[in-house]
Amino acid sequence: MASMAMTKYPTEPLQCWNKAKELRQLYYENYAKAHEKGGIRWAGGAWSFDAVPMGLGSDVYPLTSEPYAASIAFDREFSKRCLEATEKKGYARDLCSYMRNYWGSVLLNEYAFGGPFPKPDFMWQDHVCCSHAKWYQVVRELEGGAIPYYCVDVAIGPYSEVSGKQHRVQYVVDQLHEGIEFLESATGRKYDDALLIEAVKNECRSTSVWAEISVLNKTVPAPLDEKTMYSLYVLGTLHKASKEVADFYEELRDEVRDRVARGVAAVGNERCRVITDTQPPWGFLKIFRYMEKYGCISVGSLYTFALIGVWEDKPDGTWGPRTTPMEAGTPMETRDQALHILADWNLSKPEWQHFYSPDIKSDLMLRIAKEWKLDGMMLHYNRGCEGLSLGIAENRLALIDAEIPVMVFEGNMGDESEFDEAATRNRIDSFMESLGIKRPGEVLQ
Amino acid sequence: MITAGIDVGAKWVKVVLLRDGEIIGRGRELTGFEQKESASKALAAALQEAELQETHIDRTVATGAGRNDAPGNPIELTEVTAAAIGAVHVDGSARTVIDVGAEEGRAVRTSEDGKVVDFAVNEKCAAGSGAFTEAMARALETPVEQIGALSLESSQAIPMNAQCAVFAESEVVSLLHAKTPKADIARAVHDAIANRIVSMARKVGINEEVVVIGGVARNVGFIDSVERELELKVKVPEDPEYVSALGAALHAANTEA
Repeated sequence: MASMAMTKYPTEPLQCWNKAKELRQLYYENYAKAHEKGGIRWAGGAWSFDAVPMGLGSDVYPLTSEPYAASIAFDREFSKRCLEATEKKGYARDLCSYMRNYWGSVLLNEYAFGGPFPKPDFMWQDHVCCSHAKWYQVVRELEGGAIPYYCVDVAIGPYSEVSGKQHRVQYVVDQLHEGIEFLESATGRKYDDALLIEAVKNECRSTSVWAEISVLNKTVPAPLDEKTMYSLYVLGTLHKASKEVADFYEELRDEVRDRVARGVAAVGNERCRVITDTQPPWGFLKIFRYMEKYGCISVGSLYTFALIGVWEDKPDGTWGPRTTPMEAGTPMETRDQALHILADWNLSKPEWQHFYSPDIKSDLMLRIAKEWKLDGMMLHYNRGCEGLSLGIAENRLALIDAEIPVMVFEGNMGDESEFDEAATRNRIDSFMESLGIKRPGEVLQ
Repeated sequence: MITAGIDVGAKWVKVVLLRDGEIIGRGRELTGFEQKESASKALAAALQEAELQETHIDRTVATGAGRNDAPGNPIELTEVTAAAIGAVHVDGSARTVIDVGAEEGRAVRTSEDGKVVDFAVNEKCAAGSGAFTEAMARALETPVEQIGALSLESSQAIPMNAQCAVFAESEVVSLLHAKTPKADIARAVHDAIANRIVSMARKVGINEEVVVIGGVARNVGFIDSVERELELKVKVPEDPEYVSALGAALHAANTEA
């Protein structure tokens, strides 16, 4: 249980915060201006094997759909227009809200970062969930039906069953080999394996380092809070295989290490630690700041830890960053070697496992609760994402069985009409009271 | 020590005054549009009953959806905690508290000392609340005070499919046109609310004794439906609508600003 004392820790802004913002802005500008630079652009999911198109050259710019849609959701007025445009076109309101926002942006021909929606030269996707399987099929139709589209089937998990069954990884690798032939055909460019190998190394580096950053948040007081982490992890969702993102995460990791060494807290009055599970309601991130009035900090989420972080069990039994192929000395000199490493690396991603069974997610939550020294958990019944919301009720029961306090709230990551801010605040108030956390200025006699 | 508990609910403001843990005054006022004024009037009524002035109150705790509008500068307490404290105080055996007010229904699992172990609250939907009963009573052209007794006269269970109050009203109108007896429709309405509330209570776990509080607990038809759905007898304290205000007043006695 959390201490009732009002502890004060030193706190200060992140030095590399502005750099993160600049990298994100540059990413969206580069995509829009790719043709002006003589380059090409592609669109696809944040889960896609984005290292592969990088073999086409250093002037190939991606637009990943989920973080783009989250940016739309954050702009509530634009999001509303996007959702209305999609509904007007005849698509159901209960589809993935990221997808609906993205389609709306295409339908309105408005880019969230200014100007008309930049049409991709090709689409590169994978079938991580049902929505991802259909997403770009519809985009292709909305864009006139002529954009080359390639999609990788990844339904071979969970990863615990992949180990020792190389034919499953081979199934994905074979598709990636074919995908490279598709990329050459779609763009008329010759594929460069050296660029692929560099990109795979960068992806392993960025995702392992992100896990390392997340591990640093086991510290009390936590050097980072979840609302801030959303602005940092997003770079991995944009372009995890890029050198810029890998380099930035190393810079961030060094700064966070320094914060830990100096006892710098993200929330100066930290006295209660929680995590959340899936995507937040992007238009209402201020609820994280509301929690801070109680000294309650969300030190992460399954989403930020496990979507971009790649992890492994460490010899001491704790959960930590996966050893990269470079650290392990695994050869990566050929296209086939790089694709094998890339497929295996991605398939081991923890967030991917949740699609297979809620039990896997519950086990992970229990582990995080222990290692990150949590007082409770907040679960979002996210009506905007079937894939990651499926099983949350079972996760709740598993947490209760383990005597971990848990609060649930309903909402939607990308459709504000399904989120009730006042009711959620009230629910947070009740949860804090149930944890014995009093409002500032109020103490038990 | 004199403490006040003010429950500014969506429909009624309830006030309980305590002197050393004993109730010395109560007041109630329709919330209406002017919540602050209504809360002050309810407090004045309680003070009049206790023959006290506001200056005699040592500490006030406010709860309910409109607690920000409670008079003075009270400590705030959520409805969940207030319900748990109040219910365990009036019935020490309470371990599951079902609280159904005008706009919200909630279920709370409590410990022996009235602490909240787990809770569930209905989302932004009136399907499990008193507002639903009122809307259906209007559709049945029956005073809301009589709809509970009316449903006890029912001879058959009719499933009601709509979860939304708006669609449910259409369903009630269709049933009336089909010449379905009013008593059976009234029972269908209560069964529907009880179904929502009991599933919420099951989320937090049913631990006996189950105590039902809030204004809707006065509705005998609703209580009958809850008992059939739970397959056990529930307890309804005297004046169930005041229990959360009582919880707030008790909290005031154990807390300092």
